[in-house]
Parts: sequence; structure tokens; C-alpha cells
Amino acid sequence: MNNVFVYCEIEKQTVEEVSLELLTKGRKLADRLGVKLEAICAGSGITGHVEAQVLPYGVDVLHVFDHEGLYPYTSRPHTSILVNLFKREKPQICLMGATVIGRDLGPRVSSSLKSGLTADCTALEIGDYDDKKTGKSYKDLLFQIRPAFGGNIVATIVNPDHRPQMATVRSGVMKAEVLDPNYKGQVVYEKTDDFVPASDYVVKVIERHVEKAKNNLKGAPIIVSGGYGVGSAEGFKLLYDFAAEIHAEVGASRAAVDAGFCPADLQIGQTGVTVRPKVYIACGISGAIQHVAGMKESGIVISINTDPDAPINKIADYVITGSVEDVLPKMMKYYKQNSK
Amino acid sequence: MSLKIVVLAKQVPDTRNVGKDAMTPQGTVNRSALPAIFNPEDLNALEQALRLKDQNPGTTVTVVTMGPPRATEIIREAMYRGADGGVLLTSRAFAGADTLATSYALSMAIRKIGIPDLVIGGRQAIDGDTAQVGPQVAEKLGLNQVTYVNNINSCDGKEITVTRHIDGGVEVVKAPMPIMLTVNGDADPCRPRNAKLVMTYKRAMTPIERPKDGEVPHKEQYEKHPFLNITQWTEADVNADLSQCGLAGSPTKVKAVENIVFKTKESKRLGTSDDEINGLIQELLANHTIG
Repeated sequence: MNNVFVYCEIEKQTVEEVSLELLTKGRKLADRLGVKLEAICAGSGITGHVEAQVLPYGVDVLHVFDHEGLYPYTSRPHTSILVNLFKREKPQICLMGATVIGRDLGPRVSSSLKSGLTADCTALEIGDYDDKKTGKSYKDLLFQIRPAFGGNIVATIVNPDHRPQMATVRSGVMKAEVLDPNYKGQVVYEKTDDFVPASDYVVKVIERHVEKAKNNLKGAPIIVSGGYGVGSAEGFKLLYDFAAEIHAEVGASRAAVDAGFCPADLQIGQTGVTVRPKVYIACGISGAIQHVAGMKESGIVISINTDPDAPINKIADYVITGSVEDVLPKMMKYYKQNSK
Repeated sequence: MSLKIVVLAKQVPDTRNVGKDAMTPQGTVNRSALPAIFNPEDLNALEQALRLKDQNPGTTVTVVTMGPPRATEIIREAMYRGADGGVLLTSRAFAGADTLATSYALSMAIRKIGIPDLVIGGRQAIDGDTAQVGPQVAEKLGLNQVTYVNNINSCDGKEITVTRHIDGGVEVVKAPMPIMLTVNGDADPCRPRNAKLVMTYKRAMTPIERPKDGEVPHKEQYEKHPFLNITQWTEADVNADLSQCGLAGSPTKVKAVENIVFKTKESKRLGTSDDEINGLIQELLANHTIG
């Protein structure tokens, strides 16, 4: 009762990184609240595989649902699992990845339980809330923090009266850290048929192609990132060339993706990838809060911008006031000269 | 085979043109200060619906939207592009709705229309980016759902096959109908069908858009062509429970909205001269930041 739950996403027999990140966050929230951390793993042939992946993150109770109809993921069976489990266990918080699966499943579960759900949170905290309208006070609510509309504001969302308080978080926003490799959690092998009616297995996945991500933005030590100020898809070529020279990955802001300068999987920010490189070279990026949310933990930030007052300059260690097409070739030239 | 299709659409502030008046002090979107557009992914959804209509004569495509009176604009736009008509859900009772209260209202409107063969909408709206309303409507109507759809491959009225985006790849999914689909922005764009539709529908109006003095220009046309009268419903028209609408029906509350002030770092300012860039690169190499 009243515990913190994390829905774990599973590809074949492997728990996804985003779920491990959320277990780490969930452990901290549970400690703060003085409750248990519970995890849900639902898949096919996962018994004996997921336990050792999940428990070391400080999971007190792991609920395993192993049934041939649970992989590949379809909406209804996984919804029934969560809805019926939550009716029994009454969690106060449920976290899931803001992935394709989490964003398909979360709203369906929240609709069924009539509970609140906040998408794409960039921070989760516990705090007290006074409702000015009703005069009621609430202790220890989940503050669901996300940049909102327009890029200049951050909204804190609460769900005062409905449980569980549900939130999705993108991959890379939280950090995965093993709590104790030998953490002793309880594993409950649930009977899937008690949760999922046979009529739920109606949507059939008939083909599936999954490829490894084409880029390695998440783990890259150096990122050369382009914004609207790069000006064109041709302009991005400069970034690719420079990145290849200094062994960096290329990233982008949403403005550059929306303008068609580069593919969407390069997007860094709240609705893209969150990165923590050693060096972040922002080329023609003004620095909307949604973008900064995805790169603010970078070690050293170098901003190249024609606007000396671009917001990103405030968090930059080096500010080069000039155009990308002017500066990058020079950086390339002197890198080649000096690195030999 | 003719199908009944409902397209869920939203008029959204164009977040590409955001000014300083964009937010109200209460932390909700100040819609009146921004240009309003047809939510881009809802247009992708409309295109998929119109394709089914092209392939299946007799199919009806009805656009349902919730919003202020001016949201009628997107219903008209949908009609110019080939939709048969639309419903505007508008009332003060719907104001301040989060995704759950929004999907409740939309689901009640769809019930009133009658459960169609297909409910289809954009994956998410650009003002909230939550992607929650589609699945929530599906749940409220007890429909199956497939989200992140790129293309409808085939549909015979009983079964539908679609290609959808998943993390790191694509999936082909077969599902029984009726069903709710949400469509991605990388699905095909919505092409205009016939310029004549603009002439046919340009006078289409919701009751709330009529001149206040009651004198409707070209009044006879509205009697002759019922399709020019766009349906407008309130919470009472769709038998909605007030406690589930608008702010009252929203489990999520905005606790605080803060302007963000970046912590200013001590930054080194450089120009673009060769000497300065060379100096920077040497410094970065010397302290092993790069290389």
C-alpha cells in the first residue's frame, strides 16, 4: 500500500536503460517518503532473466508477469496488468519511461484509474502543497516538473486528490545507479490470467524491425550541436565534418529538426535526448529552456552565436560571437594544426 | 464498404511564434495572444481518414474539436480539405481541462455521434506535447488503440493493418475494428483535394459565430444547404457529468509556473579572429578537453 511503483520496459529479456534510471529515482523518492519501491516486469520468457537486472537498484518487491501474449507490447494486456495491480496495491506514485510504450500505456492506465499523469518530466521532487482555492493542505506530494509552453517557463504539476500520481520521464534524464548488487528484494510471480482477460490479446504485431540507434548521443563525450542559426542542411555538413575530426557526435535543437536541417533522432532537449557530454559545442543555438533541459549537465559549454545575448551564452564557459560558417572552419583548421 | 470516421483535432497556438504574452499569470496558455493553427499531426491524421474516404465511397469523415468559438476555423479548414462536417464542443464548463477532462468530453461527444469504425487523431498537439488524449479517449470508449501510426496499409472495415513507429524501429500491426489510431508527423502530409470545396464550405458556421444582431447574410443558403450549419455542443448536449469536465474534472493541478533564470557562469568571450580561435583550440587541447 502507498508504495512507489516503476513500470519496467522489456525488450525480449532485457530491461531497458530508461527503466533502470527510473528505479534509481524511484528508490530516492521511496526513501524520502519512507515507503517501499516496487517494480513491474511484464513480458514473455522473462522469469529468471529480469530479477537480477532489477533488484540491485533497491527494489523491495518485484512483480513478474510472464505470458506469451505480453511480448511484443500491445496496449490492452499491459493496461489490464497495471490497472488491476494498482487496484490491489494502491500505489501513491507510478513512474514510467516517456518512450513509445510508456506514452501509449500511461494515458490509458491513468484514464482507467482517473488519476493524473504528467508527460516528459525533467525533475521529480517531494513537497507540500496548499490549494489556495479550497484551503486544503497536502503533505508529501510528487512535484512533477517540466518545461512548458514557449520555452521560458517551468511548470510544477501536482495531483492532490488522485492516486497514483503518475509521471513519464524520458530516457537519460535520470541517472541509473546500482544501489547494492546483492539487494534482497521479494519477487512475486503473478498469475497473468487473473489480471488480463483473453479478449485483451486482439491486436497482433505481424512484423517488427528494431535497429540499434544510429547515433550514440547519450554516451558521447563530445557533442557538436546545431540550431536554427546553422541556416540549412548544407550548413550541418560543417558540423558533421568537424565532429568527425574531433571524434564527436552531432546533435541538434528542435528548431533545426523542425526546419529539416537534420534527422529527428539528433534532437537534444526535453522532447529529445538528454546528454551529459564532457564538451558541448552549441552552434547557432539560442538556448530555449527545453533545449537547455537536455544538455545543462554538460561539462564545458562552448557557444557559437552571432547574437552576443543568446540565452545559452549565460551557461556557456566559452562564448564565441560570430557565425557558425565563419568559426567552425577555423576551429577545424587550428585543431588539425595543433593536435598533430 | 463505407466507413464512419471521426477525426479528433485541436486548434493550437503556433508555438513557433511565441511572444511574451504567451502565458497568463495563472500559468495557462494565453490563446488570444497567439496565432492559432490546425495542430500539425492532426492534419496527418485527417489525411489518413480522407484516403480511406477516397477508397471507400460513402465514407463519412467528421471532425470533432473542443475549444473556444474560434476553433470552428479548423473544422472549416478540414471541410475545405474534404471532411464532411464537424462538431465544436464549446462551453465555459470545459475550460481549464487537463488531458483527462479533455478526453472525457471528447469521448462523450463521440458517444453522442455513435461509436464510429475509426477514431483517428494526431499523436500529440504542439502546445502540450503530451500524447495523452488519444489513448485516454480510446480507454473511455473501450476501443483498441494503436499509437504512433505512420500509415494505414489496409482496412476492410473489420480489420485494419497499420505501420507504426516504435523506439528504434517500425512495427506492422493488425487489429480488429472499431479502433482508435494516433498518427505521427512523419506520415504523409494532408494535401488539398479540390479547390471547389473552399467555395462550397466558406460560409459554414457554428451558431456561436452568427452575427449578434441575428441578421445572417445569405440566410437562405443555410436553409438550402444544411451542411453549412456546423454542429456546436455544450456539456449538456453530450450528457457530460460536470464534475468530470474542465478544471473540476482535472486531477492534475498547476502548482507553480516559474520563469527560468539561467545561473550565469563566468564565461570567456571571444571574437572570430584567427588568433582567438587558435588560442581557444590550444587551450582546450592543453587541458585535454578535446583531443
